[in-house]
Amino acid sequence: MYLKNSKDFKVGLLFIIFGTGVTLSAQLYPIGTAAKMGPGYFPFVLGLMLTILGIAVCLKSLSKGKGLKRKMTLRIRPVTFVLSSIFLFGLLLHPLGIILSTFLLITISSMASDEFNMKIAIFDAFVLILLILIIFVYFLQFQIPVLPAFLRGRS
Amino acid sequence: MDLIANLALGFQTILCPQNLLYCFLGVLIGTLIGVLPGIGPVQTIAILLPATFALPPVSALIMLAGIYYGAQYGGSTTSVLVNVPGEASSVVTCLDGYQMALQGRAGAALTVSALGSFVSGCFATLLLAVLAIPLSELAFKFGPAEYFSLMVFGLIGSTVFASGSLLKAVGMILFGLILGGVGTDVTSGIQRFSFGIPELADGIGFVPLAMGLFGISEIIKSLERKEKREIIKGKLSGFWLKRKDLKEAAPAVVRGTFIGSFLGILPGGGAILSSFMSYMVEKKVSRNPETFGKGNICGVASPESANNAGAQTSFIPLLTLGIPSNVIMAMMAGAMMIHGIQPGPRVINANPDLFWGVIASMWVGNLMLVILNLPLIGIWVKLLTVPYRVLYPAILLFCCIGIYSVNNNVFDIWLTAILGFLGYLFVKLECEPAPLILGFVLGPLMEENLRRGMLISRGDPSIFFTRPLSLAFLVMAFVLLVVIAVPAIRKKREEAFREEG
Repeated sequence: MYLKNSKDFKVGLLFIIFGTGVTLSAQLYPIGTAAKMGPGYFPFVLGLMLTILGIAVCLKSLSKGKGLKRKMTLRIRPVTFVLSSIFLFGLLLHPLGIILSTFLLITISSMASDEFNMKIAIFDAFVLILLILIIFVYFLQFQIPVLPAFLRGRS
Repeated sequence: MDLIANLALGFQTILCPQNLLYCFLGVLIGTLIGVLPGIGPVQTIAILLPATFALPPVSALIMLAGIYYGAQYGGSTTSVLVNVPGEASSVVTCLDGYQMALQGRAGAALTVSALGSFVSGCFATLLLAVLAIPLSELAFKFGPAEYFSLMVFGLIGSTVFASGSLLKAVGMILFGLILGGVGTDVTSGIQRFSFGIPELADGIGFVPLAMGLFGISEIIKSLERKEKREIIKGKLSGFWLKRKDLKEAAPAVVRGTFIGSFLGILPGGGAILSSFMSYMVEKKVSRNPETFGKGNICGVASPESANNAGAQTSFIPLLTLGIPSNVIMAMMAGAMMIHGIQPGPRVINANPDLFWGVIASMWVGNLMLVILNLPLIGIWVKLLTVPYRVLYPAILLFCCIGIYSVNNNVFDIWLTAILGFLGYLFVKLECEPAPLILGFVLGPLMEENLRRGMLISRGDPSIFFTRPLSLAFLVMAFVLLVVIAVPAIRKKREEAFREEG
């Protein structure tokens, strides 16, 4: 056996894991009958279909003989910085307020680029903070905490 | 005439200053993002969805629609001038448009694409207005079985778009259908797959899903690539078409318009498919096919007309049947639902001002685009020099604030990060996320209709095969599936996608 397409094999695995997970947990809810379907019926069937499909995708990616070998190229830097900056923004928005969390979001996410430059990132952050304050806080009056919690006083 | 009265209502709606302003904003933003490679209409609509909450639904939809067809215009500009398609739908425009630019005919190429788009946009708008009432009346005759089968057809149609294996695309549909089922079950009130998280009781939000799968993952993907842009030097001139050009291009515009209008209505159709198809047809009917790819004006005129026509007629199934035919229409459906309007045949009677207003706005918007695009090309070209590393943190910030403002809830921001990672994984594994979004939007509707249909037939699944319309949809879905799976056609399809990437 030879793995012809490792990407497709992984997709198949993903489908199988997710599909079986859904099929199994759908049984926690009443399944009902075909005429009177319960909340578990539709997810149960879909999960089963996805599992079967996953198996088919896996089988198709396996083949004897030589095939195309395709490797996944992962680059850690963009993913980590972009996703962690969003996550942090969500975490810090309430305690720190929009000004500080915007600053962190911009500087951290800027590090995802290969051409990262701290000066430009900080400048970018200042311009955007100003924009946010003018557009969203002043004009659109979004309900967003502006200052850090310890400066906000009671509200 | 009803049609005239209806269109009059539409123009009355669009011609008030507020709606004109939002229409203008929409086409302006659309052109802008059409010009900038890396963000397309899908991402922009995802990002701007929350910003439209404060607007009345009519203005919101007018603006979002403007973004869609505006992007078709903007995308052609970069195709011609930089050989970088701003949008997937202008990929084929690069082939001849850039060659024309190299020959010093950039002005003519841009003019013909703008005029072609305008002509086809007008025709598609008219078609939408004419077809709307009969189609929505037909939809009223639909029972749950018909709806279920129509949705099956629509979902299978969405796999036409997905590059790579058909099996994977179908898997993505199932993925989407399952994700759409998260939250409180309408019939029984039981919470499904919410893991005790109160924020998931209403289901996974459309905005975090769309933004995560398209916005965030696209940014990460673009960051992995190196930037490479060459802007054509020299002055742009010669915007006026010569008589010979006009004579050559006019029939191509007409052909493109028809192809685009037709493909836009079909599920899975829309701007991208239309432009590819019309280019192929143009090459077939041309007397000198060898000039294609070397600056043939028909190679610009036809796909540009087709993508704009397709962009507009894809509203037909959404507004009359309630079935989104592609991702952008799924976004529009999401936007309508957020505003409390269920897309479908009822819209035309319950919200006539919205329905006809959106249609009329397309005509007005197209006019604005012609006026906007030709004189402002210089500015658009300058915009291309803004480096991506300055642009993307700003996009991320607007995403985050937008998501937060939907429910004033930080949970949605985390959800977006998680879904963004999922989207990135899909990109890496070469899974197209578009079928997933369609499945997500249609999932709850499909389940409801399946349950109702089976309840009516007392558990006998033959109800889906014995009702003629329902059977017709299922047969069409099956034929489509076979057509996609047939090797010869699949090869063609893969070729088309290779040109794109």
